[in-house]
Order: sequence, then C-alpha cells, then structure tokens
Amino acid sequence: MSDEGRAVVAAVKAVAERLEAERSHLTELDSAIGDADHGGNMARGWSAAAEEVAELDDPDPATVVKTTGKTLMSEVGGASGPLYGGSLVFASAELEDGVTAESAVAFAETYLEKVQDRGDATVGDKTMVDALVPAVHTFKKSVETDDLSPVEALAKAVAAAERGVDFTVPIRASKGRASYLGWRSVGHQDPGATSTLYIMEELLSVAQEELEVAEEPTVDAASPTVPDGEEATED
Amino acid sequence: MKKLINDPDDVVDEMLDGMVAAHPDRVRRLPDTKVLVRADAPVDGKVGVVSGGGSGHEPTHAGYLGDGMLDGAAAGEVFTSPTADELEELVDAADSGEGVLMVVKNYEGDVMNFETAGEMVEMEGGDVAQVVVDDDVAVEDSLYTSGRRGVCGTILVHKAAGAKAAEGADLEEVQRVAQKVVDNVGTMGMALTSCVTPEKGEPTFDLGEDEIELGIGIHGEPGVERTEMMDADAITEELTESVLEDLALDSGQEVVTIVNGMGGTPQMELFVVNRRLQELLDDRDLETWDAWVGDYMTSLDMAGCSVTVCAVDDELKELLGAPADTPALTVR
Repeated sequence: MSDEGRAVVAAVKAVAERLEAERSHLTELDSAIGDADHGGNMARGWSAAAEEVAELDDPDPATVVKTTGKTLMSEVGGASGPLYGGSLVFASAELEDGVTAESAVAFAETYLEKVQDRGDATVGDKTMVDALVPAVHTFKKSVETDDLSPVEALAKAVAAAERGVDFTVPIRASKGRASYLGWRSVGHQDPGATSTLYIMEELLSVAQEELEVAEEPTVDAASPTVPDGEEATED
Repeated sequence: MKKLINDPDDVVDEMLDGMVAAHPDRVRRLPDTKVLVRADAPVDGKVGVVSGGGSGHEPTHAGYLGDGMLDGAAAGEVFTSPTADELEELVDAADSGEGVLMVVKNYEGDVMNFETAGEMVEMEGGDVAQVVVDDDVAVEDSLYTSGRRGVCGTILVHKAAGAKAAEGADLEEVQRVAQKVVDNVGTMGMALTSCVTPEKGEPTFDLGEDEIELGIGIHGEPGVERTEMMDADAITEELTESVLEDLALDSGQEVVTIVNGMGGTPQMELFVVNRRLQELLDDRDLETWDAWVGDYMTSLDMAGCSVTVCAVDDELKELLGAPADTPALTVR
C-alpha cells in the first residue's frame, strides 16, 4: 500500500510542478476564449494539493486521490473546482481495494462520467472532455482488449489526449464561457483540454519512473506502477 | 472609486465578521469557513433550508437567516460561487436529520458546486434536495449561465420554502413549494450605472450619462439592450412588459411584486417605480396581493432596479405571508 501511495503522492507533486511551469501558457489560452484565470487557478490548486498529500501519514492511493480532489475543490474555485476536484473525489472510491489494471480502468471511467455529468459536455463541445474521452476509451481498450501493461496503456491514452487537444483548435465552443464567443472561439486551443493533457503527461512520466524502479511490472494490487497509470487517466 | 474597504482580499471575511457582530444572538459563523448559520442550527425536527452564492448581493444571502426563512448561507468571494467543500459544511450544519433543501441560483459555478456538495452529502448518507432558480426573463444564455439567470425571485423561494419547513413539512413538500415559486416568478432588471468591484476599483462596464442598460444581471454582466435614458415610468413599463409577457397571466390573477434596488438607488426612486408598476398591473386586471419595495438582492453599488412578479395561489399567499424573523426581512 505504501509504495502505491508514495507513487501517487509523487505524481501529484509532478503535476503541481508542471502546472506551475505552464501557468502563463494556460492563462494565455484562457485569455483568448475565457476569463484568463485557468493557469493561476490550476497552479494554485495543485500546489495546495501537493502540500496536503505530502503531509499524509503512509496513505493508500485512494486517500491520496481523495485528498487531492478535496483540496482542488476548495482551492481552484469556479466550475473547475467541482470538475477537476469533485470528479477525483468520487473516482477515488474505485481505488479503495488498491490499484490494479481493472481498478485503474474503473477509476478512469468514473472520473470521465463525473466530469460529463457535472459539465453536461460531450465530445465536440471544445472542453476538457475532448481530451478525456479518447484518453479513457484508449486506456480501457489497451488494457482490456490489447492486453497492454498499464503503463503502455497510459502512454497510448496520453497520445489520444494529445490528439483530443489538437481537435479542440478548429471547433466552435458550445459549453463553458468560451461558448458565448460563438464563432470567435474557433482557432483557439481549449485550456481545459490542455491542462488535462499536462496532468496525464506527468502521471505517465511518474508511472514510467516507478516502473523502472519496480522492474517487474505486474497487474495486481502490489504494483506501484499501475496506480499512477490509472490516475493519469482520470485526469 | 472611493470605497469603505481595507484590503480587497479581506472584504468578504470582514463583512461576515461584521454581520455576526451585528446579530450575535441570531447567527454564527462556522469556523474556518465563509458559512453563516442560524445560532440555533440545526433546528430539531425541521427540514433545513440553505442558500448561497457569491458575495456582493447583500442582504442576500445571510441577511435571510432566521425563523421562517434560511438555516444557513454560504458566501463566496465577490461574484464567485462558494466552493463545494464549504457548501457541504453548510448542508451538514443545517441538517437536523430531516434533510436539507438547497436553493441555488442558475449560474454555472453555483450549480456545479452545489451539485457536487449534494452528492458528497448523499454519499455520507444525508438527505438533500435542490431547486434551481431561473427567474430572469431577460436572457436565455448569459456570460455566466446556460439558461436563464437566477435573480431577485430567489428571495420569494427562500420565503416560501422557509415557511413550509417551519410548518414541519417534509423535504419533498418543502422542495415542491420552492419549485412552485420558481415556476411562477419572473424578473427583469436595469442599470443606470455599472457596479464597482472592490478588486478592480473601477466600473465593470462603461455606461454613458445618457444611457441605461436593460436586462442586466446581478454581477455587472451585460444586459440585452443599451438604450437612451428614459424617465422612471417608461423604464418601469419596459421592465414590467417583459416580465408579464413571459408569465402570460390570466386576468384576475393575484400576484406578489418586488421592486428591488440594485444597491445604489435611493428608496425614493424605488417607490416611484412601484407606483407605476401597480398602475400597470391594475390596467391589466392583475390583483397585487403584496408589494415589496427595497434592497433585497443587490449588485454592490450598482444604481438601478429590478421588477419581480410572482403569481400566487392560496398556498403561496399563506407561505409568503407567514411570520419571518431575519436581519433583512421581518414579516409579522
């Protein structure tokens, strides 16, 4: 448990650092079609989450994820708080029996379902859903149909999310604040899809590091690698 | 723009402390939150009724805490939704075991945060219901919402739901009467000036000395039409026509009306508006059962007003007329 928990804590820290580095880029994207606060909100929220989970005493993955979600809910504000944070809190329940390929898929699916329920958005609305849907579906298929290891599946999911981000550029926003711009939102990359991709990229990178440490990846609850994988998908 | 503030970052915090200091026997603040609840919350055997939203709309929301209205209210930053974790604390503090009704205004952030909080309460085994108020007839979609915005009609929802809960009704019944108000109320607002947020210190939008904005919301967001300045009667006609067209009431229908000030308009002017409003209703054979005039749901220091009309039947008359004892509204 503690290895898994430690890996997830490392992943949260990596995400916080990445979002801090991307703060101005995300704000720039959000200035074009939103209210210019996404970079600051995400950097602030994840940095607070990294601090919170670092203080947990030998936590299991579900607790780390739930704590992260709760912190995001209270720190990010606006609609992003419930979307990013609330979805993590609810999805964390899927990890209560540890991290396996199976629970990672369940985690990813629950996260996506919560985001879609809460934001009432589907693919093509120019939101984070455009990155999440292909990522989650790819992850699930890679694990369940193609028998890939969780980390390989996560790598495929990240590539799918990247295509999803690219897909947001030419389309017109029909959800969120960008939708009030109508056609003027065309040609701009969606900030929510972009931050979702950054989060997943960091999860993948931590998962790969953990895997090298673990040497023998397995697909049972003892594998430190898998937790990150699944977590990555969540975002 | 001169304001009676210290650091803009501390405005909400200091305001809440000042509210508690004004009514220490009636309201208390949950530690480390921006949530105020009735001093005696949760009230044994009673369904809890809670509300919340951004600050800057005072006396909404915490001004309506007390007998016959709200059990708790969460304040967000200025014009910003409260966070889901604070809303969860709000619901918990108002729950005596009979469940809690959340009154939510239809803004994206508010709806998402309240829904998240409600689901978390349910996960812990609590019983929670919500109504989403969308009484603004001006716009179908706005800067902050898909669908109509929730504005001053929310006060009547607080009043009816609070009175029903005080009677000892169950959660389903309390939700039903709240929804009944939502289904029968319409509001339209206008601005003579923009508001000035503490953070920015200058007007959110520019409005010339000879211009007014019709169909504004309560956050300094744009209205539906910018037009030349008119006299009070003409403005009242514009607002009233829009609301009545939306409600499509039958001749002889009884109504409750609100002329609400946006925060920077003298009572004198609100009464002038109310005079014309009542004439217009009379012309259409609508019967005013009760007319409220005052600052109920403001937008900081914006000058302007909104007109609310709510069709009432015997049940709603009884609930809206029932006793209430809160800092901002007393009905005897």
